[in-house]
Amino acid sequence: MIVQKFRDTLMGLWSLLVGLKVTAVNFASPEVTVHYPRQVVPSLEGYRGHIELVPSSDNPQKSRCIACNTCVRTCPGACISLTASKPKKKEAESKDSAGSESGEKPKAKKEKPELESFVLDFNYCCLCGLCVQNCPTDALGFSNDVYLAGTGRQDFVFDLLARLQSQSAKTEQ
Amino acid sequence: MMDAIPTPVIVISVGLAATLAFIGLNALVLVYLERKVAGFIQRRPGPYEVGPQGILQPVADALKLVGKQLFTPRGADGILYWLAPMISIAPTLVCFLVIPFGPHLQIINSNVGLILILAFTGVNVLALCIAGWSSQNKFALLGAARDISQSVAYEIPLLLSVLPIIFITGSFNLFDIASRQGAWPWQWYVTYQPVAFVIFFICALAETNRNPFDLPEAESELTAGFHTEYSGMGFGMFFLAEYAYMVIASCVTAILFLGGFQGPVASGWWWFLAKVYILLLIIIWIRWTYPRVRFDQLLNICWKWLIPLAVLNLLVTLLVIAL
Amino acid sequence: MNLDLRLDTSGDFYAQKFQPTKRDDTLILNMGPQHPSTHGVLRILLEIDGEYIVRADPVLGYIHRMHEKMAEIMTYPQYLPNPSRTDYLHALAWGWAHVGAVERLMDIEVPERAEYIRVITCELNRISSHLLWWGAYLLDLGAFTPIMYAFDDRERIQDILQRITGSRLTYCYYRFGGVSHDIDQRFIEETKTQCARMKDRAKMFKDLVTDNFILRKRVEEIGEIPLDTCRKYGATGPVLRGSGLAYDTRRAEPYSVYDRFDYKIPTHDTCDAMGRYLVRMDEIQESIQIIEQALDSLPEGNFIHPKAPKRPKPPAGDVYFAVEGGRGKIGMHLVSDGGNKPYRLKLRAPGFSNLSLFSEIAQGTLIADAVSILGSLDLVIPEIDR
Repeated sequence: MIVQKFRDTLMGLWSLLVGLKVTAVNFASPEVTVHYPRQVVPSLEGYRGHIELVPSSDNPQKSRCIACNTCVRTCPGACISLTASKPKKKEAESKDSAGSESGEKPKAKKEKPELESFVLDFNYCCLCGLCVQNCPTDALGFSNDVYLAGTGRQDFVFDLLARLQSQSAKTEQ
Repeated sequence: MMDAIPTPVIVISVGLAATLAFIGLNALVLVYLERKVAGFIQRRPGPYEVGPQGILQPVADALKLVGKQLFTPRGADGILYWLAPMISIAPTLVCFLVIPFGPHLQIINSNVGLILILAFTGVNVLALCIAGWSSQNKFALLGAARDISQSVAYEIPLLLSVLPIIFITGSFNLFDIASRQGAWPWQWYVTYQPVAFVIFFICALAETNRNPFDLPEAESELTAGFHTEYSGMGFGMFFLAEYAYMVIASCVTAILFLGGFQGPVASGWWWFLAKVYILLLIIIWIRWTYPRVRFDQLLNICWKWLIPLAVLNLLVTLLVIAL
Repeated sequence: MNLDLRLDTSGDFYAQKFQPTKRDDTLILNMGPQHPSTHGVLRILLEIDGEYIVRADPVLGYIHRMHEKMAEIMTYPQYLPNPSRTDYLHALAWGWAHVGAVERLMDIEVPERAEYIRVITCELNRISSHLLWWGAYLLDLGAFTPIMYAFDDRERIQDILQRITGSRLTYCYYRFGGVSHDIDQRFIEETKTQCARMKDRAKMFKDLVTDNFILRKRVEEIGEIPLDTCRKYGATGPVLRGSGLAYDTRRAEPYSVYDRFDYKIPTHDTCDAMGRYLVRMDEIQESIQIIEQALDSLPEGNFIHPKAPKRPKPPAGDVYFAVEGGRGKIGMHLVSDGGNKPYRLKLRAPGFSNLSLFSEIAQGTLIADAVSILGSLDLVIPEIDR
């Protein structure tokens, strides 16, 4: 019994020295942290920044958004608010006069609502991605804008249409 | 005019000033070392921003502590509350007066140097007790209660492990003990008394409340133990005192067991400082490796293992000396 | 102004209800909501005699965020991110419970590839949850370095999951009928590398911590929870398996493709904190086994059912779906009235049952042991309070 106890104690003391060795090995090993802001993380791939509007293929200044309000309704936090011009009356008028000329139908299809403003209140966004996934025209995507800092709530209310326009202006340059 | 002031007074005053400087400098270096070593063990840089490689971090810490508001908690005993940090740090100044840093670098060559150091390091218990009691805080009270039991219990093996050295050398004079050991490592007392060395080291860790014996300031159990209610310079003084006691413990270990200022090539204060700093690094290394020992296990270790071993060691030493 | 109120030190409602004691030599202590080692905002009222606990009473509710009410006012897809926030450490298991409940009620078939992806990601998340538990437990016990090593491994797992799910902690990855994005070859390779690395790291963890003398003295024979106490309070997960009963929801109420993999249910019958500790360390290794088997046999196919409903409207009725989370059995009881919002969604949090046995177990232990027991129960208070 006593022999067992002594053996246990000696094994225990040996384990203490083994632990010291592990820490010493780690002391001599290189550091694994990233010195932000001198270095940045190797890959932000896939990491969700706040959403942004995707430019449409024919006009980079305009987005693909058709103002269907799916994102507004799906968002759990009610972060998105958008306004658009209403072309529905024009569509109805052209349908009435569709019988007169065949050339008017293509015009009715081209009448999309004009997006006037698209505002994201990032304070309530939980980056779930439901807006991005449910958009019928793939007009939304995640940005790489992750290094955000602000001094007030207003700093995180993003005007995404203005952002799209300034981004497309930059790429044109 | 200079004849009117007796020489010992000048020596002691200069010595005290030098000691204060030494303690302050050591505290800065130790704070930096501790955080850097902790960082490297945890695979991260440690302090990096303030000054090149973070060298000025302790200065920033000191400035922060000095700049904080000094307030007393409601219901706390004002006098005792502010007396506690001062009682904690005052004895350290006295202890440094008798330590031989080099062959000619000792402020007071006292024949009872060792007893002086052991006595004054015991005053720390009183300081922590007063701190815990006067904070009017249940956590602080518990921390202080734990600390008293711990310190009082570990005094005994501390003294018992020092006794063999005293019997071998026959004096309490630290200078004598250091000079009697030879220059080479096998001539130091650690080869004659390895058990005493280990016991003394463990007791020193327990007396200075360092991990794995840091229950009185257990961060995750009692918020901060006895210094929960202290902030600003009150906490700074406890902090300073803890590092000062650590240095004293390392100095005494180096003198008693590792030959003091003696070294293989050229004896002097550089060897002494080297040994002290190696011991301090080992203390820091131990801190960042082990979890905390539970309170009753701590007392068990003391009473069931350290005291019998120390007594056995003493008896064997006496037997060998007598023969 | 009533100055007497300012100087009133008798405490709040809970402290006053707790106060009347038979003895007058005991101290009433509040391991309050702000405490470094109660993981989250848990308040425990203690009556201590010296160092021994005479009575212990946990007080919950400091982080009650009304998840069940939120489920009643949000539609099914809108609620998808919420279960991850309940227990952010094993977010994917909670997400699975929600998605699985709706799928079971609506009889939606999930493609095989999606099931395999769910298994792989959930087990990766379980590993990272157990790693964080390990680091935090040791931090409570006073060892400051293992948490850093654990976070190193956790960061690598989070990097892997970030590429496909988009998040690092609160994943919103599962959808009704599958998952939201497919995994690619790079994910498979990175996961395999990480699994191999975790096996090496396990040896280092064992050397540094598990075999450590001081830790074993802190953890062995602490917090003995006999099996009938576990049964009485409905404890599940490693708490139950550390007391000897090999109950795992993946085997007891099989869901998804877990029956195709060969894995053991780690059980230790010592009933103490060391048993629970070893169960979780073994579970990490078992999860690695499951992941490797799943990666080897990953089928091709859809990652989401092509006709998966984007706005599900389950028929009226109720269903219960349980998954094995890192802490125990996560259950969701969904009652639907045919609309697009649930009528009632009851969340069963494993931590709630695990915490309930604390007041019985903690009697007669030291405060340091109480800290050790709380750590070994692996509590995440937001999940307990929901």
